Amino acid sequence: MSEAELKRTPLYDEHVAAGGKMVPFGGFEMPVQYTSIIQEHTAVRTRAGLFDVSHMGEILIQGPRALDFVQKISCNDHAKMTVGRAQYTGLMYPEGTLVDDMLVHKMTDDAYFLVVNAANTDKDFAYIQEVAAGEDGVEVINQSAEYAQLALQGPLALEVLQPLTGTDLAGIRYYHFTWGEVLGHKAIIARTGYTGEDGFELYVAPEHAAEIWRAILKSGAPKGVIPAGLGARDTLRLEAGMCLYGNDIDRTTTPLEAGLGWIVKLDKGDFIGRDVLERQAQEGVERKLVGFEMIDRGIARHGFPVFLHPDDGEPAGVVTSGTHSPTLRKPIGMAYVPSEAAEPGREMWVSIRGQVRKAAIVALPFYSRKRKKKA
Amino acid sequence: MSVPKDLRYTKTHEWMRREGDVAVVGITHYAQDQLGEVVYVELPEVGAQAAAGEELGTLESVKAVSELYAPVGGEVVEVNEHLSDAPNLVNDDPFGEGWLVKIKIAEEGETLDAAAYEKLVAEESA
Repeated sequence: MSEAELKRTPLYDEHVAAGGKMVPFGGFEMPVQYTSIIQEHTAVRTRAGLFDVSHMGEILIQGPRALDFVQKISCNDHAKMTVGRAQYTGLMYPEGTLVDDMLVHKMTDDAYFLVVNAANTDKDFAYIQEVAAGEDGVEVINQSAEYAQLALQGPLALEVLQPLTGTDLAGIRYYHFTWGEVLGHKAIIARTGYTGEDGFELYVAPEHAAEIWRAILKSGAPKGVIPAGLGARDTLRLEAGMCLYGNDIDRTTTPLEAGLGWIVKLDKGDFIGRDVLERQAQEGVERKLVGFEMIDRGIARHGFPVFLHPDDGEPAGVVTSGTHSPTLRKPIGMAYVPSEAAEPGREMWVSIRGQVRKAAIVALPFYSRKRKKKA
Repeated sequence: MSVPKDLRYTKTHEWMRREGDVAVVGITHYAQDQLGEVVYVELPEVGAQAAAGEELGTLESVKAVSELYAPVGGEVVEVNEHLSDAPNLVNDDPFGEGWLVKIKIAEEGETLDAAAYEKLVAEESA
């Protein structure tokens, strides 16, 4: 894609003014970092960081048969969701593999709001429309242009955002949302995120995005809140063991292979790809996504071959994501390996630019936040 | 963007400073800024032979990998051991504490003066 075709979010000017390094991502010009990935990462873990995630896609499924339809295209069970609940799931191909991963928000009994990956929005919308063709009682609407999305993530997110809204943020539980207002502008306020921290994702009209962006940064500045880019978003999600579509999951991987068995509900009734997943559940999968830490030096990155013995000629698997973990201060990653080898503690080797380096499989996630005890 | 006048530069963004028959080599301020925070530096062993213009090591940031090319050829006589614990020196002080290797010059390479290097950076960042 040439730069001329890249889209800009309503916050583009804010990013440039803040010194954001703009890179192409998912068809948009997005900030990969402002000052430093590690500083932005640390801000989110210890204080809070503000992300522009307006590139994400929003697709509304509505009509009297909306629930049945969402149940059909998704592997998770949405029947027991209450209005105001958000759920993570996979959008499924008949092969049991993933069109995308997404968040489903139940807006009303007849309306479900799907948030999908930027690079997949057009593909997802076309696919969902194709499945919906000939179905009565379901309407599919691409609302991506109607929303800007801001994610305020980190332990101070609530106290930074609360002064800007009349909505009681403490009343929104994790993976719940409500319609509310921010600076008097209508907003979906969701307690969701992609960083492994507490935080909020705000869906607002594009024309109010810049005002809200500036107000959050002003409210948060005395507490050390800073804007954070896609670079920190990637290191944060990887530490939290969250998959990135296009890296760790794609149209060739099933949710069971990716360690996403917790979003596969075989007993909910039929859905697209269910037969494949049921067979995999019974017979076991051939490969599994695992976390690893490097023992030898170097960063194992996406696409690097994985070996179960240092002198094997043929790779047994592949690295899907790899980075330097700012929290653990060492190289970490995720890789597909044969299921029989997918045991924490087991050694594996990665070819890093032609040199075979030792790593160890570890349990995911690499990082999980300390949750406050319930009073 | 800092480009000290007394150094020689390569088109691949290394700098070198002559100290007698030894070249002190690092990457430029522009290079470290493009790369982002360096988290891992892989350098040759002392005694290794460098060939002018050939790969000599690797620098990795969170997001990217960058190769280090030798501005001159010769024996590697010293490497900056501090970088294994403090790779961020490459960012914090690229022309000083963040130096990478010292090479006993046996073969000259193709280098630019500060003015030519500044012009190159201006073109690349345009």
